[in-house]
Amino acid sequence: MTVHGHNERLLVRDIAHARAGDKGNTSNVNIWVYDPEDFELLKRTVTPERIKREFPKLIRGKVKRYVIEHLHGLNLVMSEALEGGVNASLNLDSHGKSWSYLILGLTLDASDNRAER
Amino acid sequence: MAKGNGTFRIGTGAGFSADRLDPAVDLAKRGDLNVMVLECLGERTVAFAHRDRMADPRRGYNTLLERRMRALLPACCQAGAVIVTNMGAANPRAAAERTRDIARALGLSGLKVACIEGDDVSGRLGGNQPFMDEPGTLADIGLPVVGMNAYLGADAIIPALEAGANVVIGGRLADPSMFLAPLMHHYGWQISNLAALGAGTLVGHLMECGMQITGGYYADPGAKEVPDLAQCGYPIAEVATDGSAVITKLPGTGGCVNEATVKEQLLYEVHDPAAYLTPDVTADFSRVKLKDLGHDRVRVSDAGGRARPEKLKVTVGFDAGVLAEAGVSYAGPAAGARGRLAADIVGARLKETHKIKSPLRVDLIGVGSLFATAGKTRGDSEDVRLHVALRTTSRDEAELMLWEVESLLCCGPAGGGGYRGVIAPAVETKSVLIDRDLVKPTVEIFVT
Repeated sequence: MTVHGHNERLLVRDIAHARAGDKGNTSNVNIWVYDPEDFELLKRTVTPERIKREFPKLIRGKVKRYVIEHLHGLNLVMSEALEGGVNASLNLDSHGKSWSYLILGLTLDASDNRAER
Repeated sequence: MAKGNGTFRIGTGAGFSADRLDPAVDLAKRGDLNVMVLECLGERTVAFAHRDRMADPRRGYNTLLERRMRALLPACCQAGAVIVTNMGAANPRAAAERTRDIARALGLSGLKVACIEGDDVSGRLGGNQPFMDEPGTLADIGLPVVGMNAYLGADAIIPALEAGANVVIGGRLADPSMFLAPLMHHYGWQISNLAALGAGTLVGHLMECGMQITGGYYADPGAKEVPDLAQCGYPIAEVATDGSAVITKLPGTGGCVNEATVKEQLLYEVHDPAAYLTPDVTADFSRVKLKDLGHDRVRVSDAGGRARPEKLKVTVGFDAGVLAEAGVSYAGPAAGARGRLAADIVGARLKETHKIKSPLRVDLIGVGSLFATAGKTRGDSEDVRLHVALRTTSRDEAELMLWEVESLLCCGPAGGGGYRGVIAPAVETKSVLIDRDLVKPTVEIFVT
């Protein structure tokens, strides 16, 4: 993973990459770690509960998480998460294409794991 | 018909309605392809195409069809590659006739252009039809329907290939089915061979967005570097008889194919990885294996398949009036505060003075826009753009909004400049289900 100075907060982007897609008012973001050894940290960090807690006004429906263990990836499926969807939303990014970076911008809770070593 | 190393070679020459053309011409010339797929249709694109067709019955197909066919027909004919496309959108017949005429004008005689119809099921579903994945019925929308299109699968495309078509043009052909159909036809996969159908659907799914698997939509400087993205190449799938495939691209093109680019596309717009629904099969991507062979070659295998969904998905498009957007920019000290004042003024003028009740949104680009609802905004910025968006069925309201934003140039905060405003057609789309026996695809061949 990327080496950082001591004071810099680590983000999901430092260990993983992601892509967002839309279907109606449902957004899905798939997230993959670069290094399999960071997969446990990703799973601890990107939980449905955390997503709901971080973005309560945006992610209004259920969040379901699929784990693709052997490829070290997650697929987040977030319902009622696109401000009405591409036809209704007045967000400049009405597809929510940038939601991948909403997830990649989350901070890692790296206090007790490999990312700090 | 197999080429090169004994595999069946499918290339993507467009992954969405406005995709690039010159790399497609390069691929057609040098790709040694059996098939080139041009995927150019989305739920919204087909609704907009219906609006075009209603305005002019000779239109309603992809607006780049002429340019694409002029550039690609000669190269594909020379190489013996069949073109499969959904550029017909809301008017496959007009698209096929236009293609025939272009081929004739290019001197390409004896070419078979197949037109697939039957996806347009307008009038076959009533207002009481429930939505596929949310509460409510079609009647709840309260907007005029512009068109209803059922997703056609490989079984609608194969008869055109059996007839020896050089170009296959349809409307709402399901994206992965355009890749699966030539594979079924070439390798003789039966509809009962669910593992092969799942594997071919995986190939289609990975390929359907074009460069999204060869380094497009992937680069993130500092984290994910992509060589020569400006000259990115379209993808090629070298598919073996069991449906396993190598995803690659032409030598000498920009971009990259590696495990990471394939992974991001593997679950793009997928919900349950074990149940990807198409008209052909319920594909299972949850146990897919990837192997990076180096040199921009990734082997994909182990997709699964279960029985296809009982019904077909239908996209229903509605005329939703217009989307009006307008903006003014502020820069320098306290630009954020001046932008916020402008936003307050626009809100007051539109809602209170003019009593506009249509959905309205005001953003300050540079302080917070895309992530504003997510709660991620900054206090200030030295370069801010007021962006106002209004969705309305009233042209007058849209023009009034543009007028109010432009009036900020004299009546708003200090230093505002760079007004732009645009009014564009808007659509609404909903998904419903239809019984398969209500959908009867047809094929007609036009010979040049």
